[in-house]
Amino acid sequence: MERVLTTNFRPGLPPMNLREYEAAGGYQALRKAIKEHTPGEVVQVVTDSNLRGRGGAGFPTGQKWANLPPCETCEQPRIMIANLDEMEPGTFKDRYLVENDPHQFLEGLLIACYACRSELAYVFVRDVYRKPAAELIEQALAEAEQAGYVGRNVLGSGWNCEVHVHMSAGRYICGEAMGILNAMEGRRAIPRTKPPHEVASGAWGKPTVVNNVETYCCVPHIVLRGAEWFRGLGKAKDAGTKIYGVSGRVKRPGSYELPMGTTLNELLDEAGGMQEGYQFKAALPGGASTMYLGSHEMDVPLEFEALKEIDCYFGTGTAIVVDDRTCIVGLTHNLQQFYARESCGWCTPCRDGLPWIEKLYRDQEEGRGKPGDVELLGELARSIGRNTFCALALGAIVSIESSIHKFRGEYDDHIRLGRCPFRDGH
Amino acid sequence: MLTDQERQEIEAEVARSFNRRAACVGAMRIVQARRGWVSDEAMGDLAEALTMTADELEGVATFYNLIFRRPVGKHVVKVCDGAVCWMLGGQSLMQHLETQLGIKAGGTTADGLVTLLPICCVGDCDHAPVMVVDDTMVRDLTPEKIDELIANGFEVTG
Repeated sequence: MERVLTTNFRPGLPPMNLREYEAAGGYQALRKAIKEHTPGEVVQVVTDSNLRGRGGAGFPTGQKWANLPPCETCEQPRIMIANLDEMEPGTFKDRYLVENDPHQFLEGLLIACYACRSELAYVFVRDVYRKPAAELIEQALAEAEQAGYVGRNVLGSGWNCEVHVHMSAGRYICGEAMGILNAMEGRRAIPRTKPPHEVASGAWGKPTVVNNVETYCCVPHIVLRGAEWFRGLGKAKDAGTKIYGVSGRVKRPGSYELPMGTTLNELLDEAGGMQEGYQFKAALPGGASTMYLGSHEMDVPLEFEALKEIDCYFGTGTAIVVDDRTCIVGLTHNLQQFYARESCGWCTPCRDGLPWIEKLYRDQEEGRGKPGDVELLGELARSIGRNTFCALALGAIVSIESSIHKFRGEYDDHIRLGRCPFRDGH
Repeated sequence: MLTDQERQEIEAEVARSFNRRAACVGAMRIVQARRGWVSDEAMGDLAEALTMTADELEGVATFYNLIFRRPVGKHVVKVCDGAVCWMLGGQSLMQHLETQLGIKAGGTTADGLVTLLPICCVGDCDHAPVMVVDDTMVRDLTPEKIDELIANGFEVTG
């Protein structure tokens, strides 16, 4: 299978510096975009490539860029944000991309800036990625600036582009498309009402584009090799390759670049299968905000389109594999603790509902579960899910609903036994 | 009072930010990097330097998990309690640390060496369970590895 995003990766060694990256063909795509194409043509090739946002929502990238208001009528500067606030539990793909090839990411971001006629970009980095991810980006930026790829009059084009790193300080909601705007502005990162969408009025009221790091990494390859080539990389309906991840009790947890549309079965094979003595029970295919898939769903292509058909989000594509000795109720409790803690508190259903749900799960785990609790959880999930300001609580409820639907027996066992059946010593 | 060096670093942060307010998280981190935490007095000084009110800045500070408004130990040990670390024994490692250090999560040892905190998934799940000592990831944790860290006073090299 063709590797695209990981071609320059050298496991165990520092990532390529500028000279090495250039020798491997790096920055040719930026050169080509600027010298041979208008910004509009770059937007068009990305649109034609069917690249969809790799942060979780899967919005078509080219369409997002095309939604920017026309340059003549809109306020300058236009702001590009690269979202490296990777805080979705179970997700480690963007760190992998940046730590192993920071220049690829930077080149993609620069091409995106050119396509969107933006002169100001920020890389929004979560606090614990300070070392080495943020340091590597700063190094790459300094090298690229020296070489004339960043700064004034990029490659003699007359186009200027500033890129800065913004270090965050740890809060899941900052990765939300509207929350990140408030975070950038130095405000509490609560979400904003849409419309206006950020492309019309984003950070500081300026037209703003927010894309995930992996999305930017795809862009240089699309510019160099074309939309049709990129579409052909996918195995099912979606385009390109994907940095999939596998964690849990598998033999080789890690990141794997595979064609978009790889199935859970194939992904598990890449990871060497389950560890000795453990059986597959379920997987959260794309981080904590995606639903549990059971062993009967292991042949569904992991991509936006195919998963939508079974009402599942694709999310970040990094699968958390759950083994047969892990308690689904306990794991779901862990997820609910996370969501309750990370709720920004802006709207009532999320702020008050998620702690209630967390308490009900704690009761289950600590032997205080009562008949009717599972029904109450289902009702809470239903009434919270469609009534919140942003998608944080939506992410919380998919694991509740899918675990009740697919693993109801484990809940009933907790209530019947008055304890967690998976705990040691019982 | 902010030191001259802190002021210089804050102005450099402001220079690469869209406006003064946009530099506020960075500015608090600059003070925290030198002093370990951000005191009420420092908040007042920072607010003035950033042309914000102290309340506005406090609103931002309290929003984030990693802006410390109370003193912390020399080392801040952040134990991942994300889903994957939970599955692979992270919870018992936290308990192990609590027992060995004689403090609860959120606490600081009496000698001021270590503050122990839970942290949400740190994006290192293929090496779970993990924790972050100051800015350095410590991966593939076992109770023995933790005991070694305790024995050498949590000095890790990145």
